[in-house]
Amino acid sequence: MTPENRNHNAAARTRRAFLTMGAAAAAGYGGWSWLRSRPVEGGVAWPLRSVLRRNETVAEAYFSNGHQSPALSPSQVDPNPRRNGDVGLGDDFKPAGWVLNVESSAGAERRQVTMAEIRELPRVEQITQLNCIEGWTVVVQWAGARFADFTDKFAPQGRGARYVGMQTPDEAYFVGLDAPSALHPQTLLCYEMNGAGLSSAHGAPLRLVIPVKYGVKNIKRIGRIVYTNNRPEDYWANEGYDWYAGL
Amino acid sequence: MKHLEEKHPLAIRWFHWISFPLLFLMMWSGLLVYWANDIYRVGWGESTLFHFFPDGFYQRLNLQQRLAEGMALHFFFMWLFVANGIAYVLYLAFSGEWRKVLPDRDSLRDAVQVTLHDLRLRKDAPPQGLYNGAQRIAYTGVILMAFGSVATGLAIYKPVQLSWLAELLGGYPMARWFHFWLMIGFCSFFVIHIAQVIRAGWDNFRSMVAGFSLVDSAKEVEVVHDSGK
Repeated sequence: MTPENRNHNAAARTRRAFLTMGAAAAAGYGGWSWLRSRPVEGGVAWPLRSVLRRNETVAEAYFSNGHQSPALSPSQVDPNPRRNGDVGLGDDFKPAGWVLNVESSAGAERRQVTMAEIRELPRVEQITQLNCIEGWTVVVQWAGARFADFTDKFAPQGRGARYVGMQTPDEAYFVGLDAPSALHPQTLLCYEMNGAGLSSAHGAPLRLVIPVKYGVKNIKRIGRIVYTNNRPEDYWANEGYDWYAGL
Repeated sequence: MKHLEEKHPLAIRWFHWISFPLLFLMMWSGLLVYWANDIYRVGWGESTLFHFFPDGFYQRLNLQQRLAEGMALHFFFMWLFVANGIAYVLYLAFSGEWRKVLPDRDSLRDAVQVTLHDLRLRKDAPPQGLYNGAQRIAYTGVILMAFGSVATGLAIYKPVQLSWLAELLGGYPMARWFHFWLMIGFCSFFVIHIAQVIRAGWDNFRSMVAGFSLVDSAKEVEVVHDSGK
């Protein structure tokens, strides 16, 4: 090969390669622009929402009651657990008049459950981590009744439902849960934190503790529980967060 | 006299250039997430030398109040990042290219000499094949860092389902800490990598795009000899 041929070959290959790279970069940029301009679904571009749903399917396939949040020791408990979020915790709430409204079978089965009835369920204590979606963590000693026990006692028809929805009494805060996560053995209807009754700021008289979910799903001051086959709305999922939010 | 010599296979070049925007997107969306709990710093006790990150950093890069978006992006692009990484490692393994990338017994000594040379403390650069010892260590290190980012990422993504992994890494907060510092590691790698690419010049840069290098025919003997071909 003569030197001219070689240089020609090098120049041609260089040109071709840079054109290919330019085209690939343009395609990548095009894909990005497409993604950024998609209509929003629940606060986030629909392709992202769609992948969050697929991630949920993957997570559900791996989910197991045997996968548990590690049981921690009393020495690890945070004496002043940080709290976030007061949506649904308005001042006009009267704890004395509180009852829990429970619905299943598409509203055909309705009943009210009192605090005394919940306290009659087997009491479970656990020291587990609460992982905030922001990235911080607190270790708390919780006490309450297993949500699975509650379901068997007060809403056995609810066992077959695909989802569970919960709301504060003023309906300002609400969470949606997949049934397997709600019925996980570490999911508690909690009435005590760190050996004392729940404070109002932590969700008295009854809050959810669900270590298989981010903190946002650990709804405080539960007023209503619905067993349903329709995916319940979720306060933070409407703001662009993952509906599943599973850990 | 110069002649054309093949340097980087097409697959390596694609993996390289695909990983670049993906790593960038993972780091950027990761910063959108990190902002919500930006607790890491360099310091001792009460005194902080540097806080990750100052408010001006978030403001300038518009990283504030975008946690939901950051998570959605992170958990979208993670699939592409992992897929590209797995494909790259499999390619290295099955093509035999790993021989050019993994450090060998001379790499550490070579790397020290290369570093001294780059810092102008040593006059002559040690003879080298496709990659010198410093490059082998750096490029293998980046693969291991990516692996570490995926492992720590999984631990903080599913700390209950994968509690064994989170425990192995010292718990959720520790895994998050590692995940963060790996990101800083990638930034450091990026800065040095770009500086070295600029220093190495056009022929080297072109070789990562077009695949070939133009080599002095006199030099070629040396290269062939040293790479043991």
